Amino acid sequence: MNDELDKLRAGLKANPAPDPAAKAEALRLAMENFDRVQETATKTRPSQDRPERAGRLTGVRDMLMNLTTRGTLAATGSLAALGIGVMIWQGPEGQRSLPPPQAPTAQEAATESETRLRQADSKEELNDAATTAEADSMAAMAPEPMIVAEEPSIALAAPAASSDASAKQAKGGVQLSGYAEIGIAASDAPIARLPDLDTEAYSNEDANPVKIVAEDPVSTFSIDTDTASYSVIRSSLTNGQLPPKEAVRIEEMVNYFPYDYAAPDAGEAPFRASVSLFQTPWNENTQLLRIGIQGELPATDDRPPLNLVFLIDTSGSMDDPKKLPLLKQSFGLMLGQLRPGDRVAIVTYAGSAGLVLEPTEASDRAAILSALDRLGAGGSTAGADGLQLAYRTAEGMGGDGHVSRILLATDGDFNVGIHDPEALKDFIAEKRDTGIYLSVLSFGRGNLDDATMQALAQNGNGTAAYIDTLSEAQKVLVDQLSGALFPIADDVKIQIEFNPAAVAEYRLIGYETRALAREDFNNDKVDAGEIGAGHQVTALYEVTPVGPPARLSDPLRYAEPTLAGNVAELGFLKLRYKKPGEDTSTLIETPIPAAPGEADTDARFAAAIAGMGQLLSEPKYLGHWGWDEAIRLATDARGKDPFGYRAEAVQLMRLSQSLSR
Amino acid sequence: MRMQTPDEALAIAAATGDRDAFAALLSRHYDRIHGLCFRLTGSRTEAEDLAQDICLALPAKLGSFRQEARFTTWLYRVTVNAAHDRRRRVATQRKAADGWGDWELNRRAGIAEEAEAQDWLNATMARLAPELRDTVALTLGEELSQKDAAEILGLSEGTVAWRMSEVKKRLREMARAEGML
Repeated sequence: MNDELDKLRAGLKANPAPDPAAKAEALRLAMENFDRVQETATKTRPSQDRPERAGRLTGVRDMLMNLTTRGTLAATGSLAALGIGVMIWQGPEGQRSLPPPQAPTAQEAATESETRLRQADSKEELNDAATTAEADSMAAMAPEPMIVAEEPSIALAAPAASSDASAKQAKGGVQLSGYAEIGIAASDAPIARLPDLDTEAYSNEDANPVKIVAEDPVSTFSIDTDTASYSVIRSSLTNGQLPPKEAVRIEEMVNYFPYDYAAPDAGEAPFRASVSLFQTPWNENTQLLRIGIQGELPATDDRPPLNLVFLIDTSGSMDDPKKLPLLKQSFGLMLGQLRPGDRVAIVTYAGSAGLVLEPTEASDRAAILSALDRLGAGGSTAGADGLQLAYRTAEGMGGDGHVSRILLATDGDFNVGIHDPEALKDFIAEKRDTGIYLSVLSFGRGNLDDATMQALAQNGNGTAAYIDTLSEAQKVLVDQLSGALFPIADDVKIQIEFNPAAVAEYRLIGYETRALAREDFNNDKVDAGEIGAGHQVTALYEVTPVGPPARLSDPLRYAEPTLAGNVAELGFLKLRYKKPGEDTSTLIETPIPAAPGEADTDARFAAAIAGMGQLLSEPKYLGHWGWDEAIRLATDARGKDPFGYRAEAVQLMRLSQSLSR
Repeated sequence: MRMQTPDEALAIAAATGDRDAFAALLSRHYDRIHGLCFRLTGSRTEAEDLAQDICLALPAKLGSFRQEARFTTWLYRVTVNAAHDRRRRVATQRKAADGWGDWELNRRAGIAEEAEAQDWLNATMARLAPELRDTVALTLGEELSQKDAAEILGLSEGTVAWRMSEVKKRLREMARAEGML
């Protein structure tokens, strides 16, 4: 019998030797990735703060590793040390005097690096390899030019002479590191293994047009409780850039702020809609119709227990202070809000999906925190695998009356592992019926795939939030935790039929991505947005009353219908929603009175934010109303603002004003 | 001499951004990675792809290397996990496609004796369940102790011992079926 085992052993020992070409290729690619990882690790710091040692030395090393022949290698090494390394590529003489570039083979590079390693380490103590290696490899460069001086193919004099001026400037360490960084940038250019660093995709439609009531009296849309757009805009503005127009979704900006809407009475619908009509700030001849929806806030003490699956993207791109570390802190904050009975599991995905933390009682904070702490970024992203595992985990957690939710945290890097985004959406839409909710928290900029995130959250019955700071995490995951986690109404749709006798034209501000067909309102199969506990939703219409000069379209001479009816009603508001887990919807109806009233603080502030959104995207309906007016309006309408959200918005408006000048 | 620097010191240095340390570490261990990949997959091309994936992921993964662990143990674990992931992916895409099963198609004409030995090996490996195959690859192929193999696979030592006895049982059954016993 043991013969068989020995035979197996012998068979396994006789391994084929690895193919040298494959090996070289793997080593080369690994080194590229190594550089990239180092690069992203240092990239986010402002250049002044950049630690000079690391920057300079890795830069020099990069140049060395990416050059081919021994001659150029040593030559450029010495030139970089003089601070004129870049000139050799720019000066025409320099180009001529250099041997034509050859494709580097990893073996050559490896031999080079070993040679240098040996030189570098001759004096080195073993125990502090990390720190002295850099200094040593720097020292090792010094003798090399002398070796190379004998090689005829290199003309050091030409670039040195042609770059007198820059040589003069480039004496200090600052310039040196500057050139070294150019070296990094140049060496990175041809590498295309990992997704590009700045690939953002946004989801938006053209601004809703003005509709003529006589032709199109019915407006239908799904509510949207997301707030991601506002945080994305904030992150852009605080970085000194106007946000891309596509990133502006006005309804998400307006819904970012808490308003003081009346709560629903006990025993009624889980939310209450209040309607008000007031003067439009940017057009004295039109009115703003505000529909404010307040979700009930169930007593938090008897809330159902939660099953939470954190689905965390740990791909290489998450290795950024604004991404994985912020994510860990954010989830850490949230743990404080959970209570005994809640359970947490952690699934990560990066190249492959894995269950990092088995379902664990939320009271075992130490276990959860240490699991979070162990997460490290690396690998590419396979979002679909991770989602499947997260859904399986959530299904396995079960529990009677538990609310199950997956919190997907990612920077939007969904491009590996999904071959068909539609299939992914279908998968989520199918899982939606199992009662598991999916919310998306996005972190960091650079490859924010806003469109996919939106699609996932919308199809997964969840919300999408963008977390750029710890205080945003506090708002989304702590202050508004119950809303983010406990749905009180599913598939909430709003339909307004305007009264042609009272309204000539209307325009829905925002909600472009949430438009529904008129007939879908009554179709319970059509998915729509959810309202969570305590959530607030605000929708604004700009309406033009019949008759005034503000009307944008001329009345038809021949076919203008004769208007009749109750002019006291502006329109008729209909809301449909489903209780969580139910299949049939409930209808709420209420007429909208046509008499405008005084705008309260909340209404004015919402209008200011809607104005801000339009100024940032499509200001064509605002006339001469600009940033000054928006800032004044928002400043006056700050109200109590206990957490300073509105004050921050005013700051952002001021920033936008400066940036758009 | 860098050549004698222990793996662990190199790994820590590489994790903190030492490019040379990483290059040295990788060239030192590529063959080991490739070898285990081959033993786990049974296919040369699969092993090359897998080894490349692992090399690509290593720069980022190094951050999770803990000094108290032996680097080779850690590396074996990374390799085994990567092989599992790959197997799982392949399994979801097209059921039951397996490198060991594909071997016949890829077989090259070689020395007849060697080929025969390989055939036996492949036939044998193909008939072992994946978890037994992993265990065999580590204990027989890499000549690790059952304790080390258990650590890498995240199992108890007892499970590995049980698996090995299971392997022996299967081998005996196969031999009997082929009339060798």
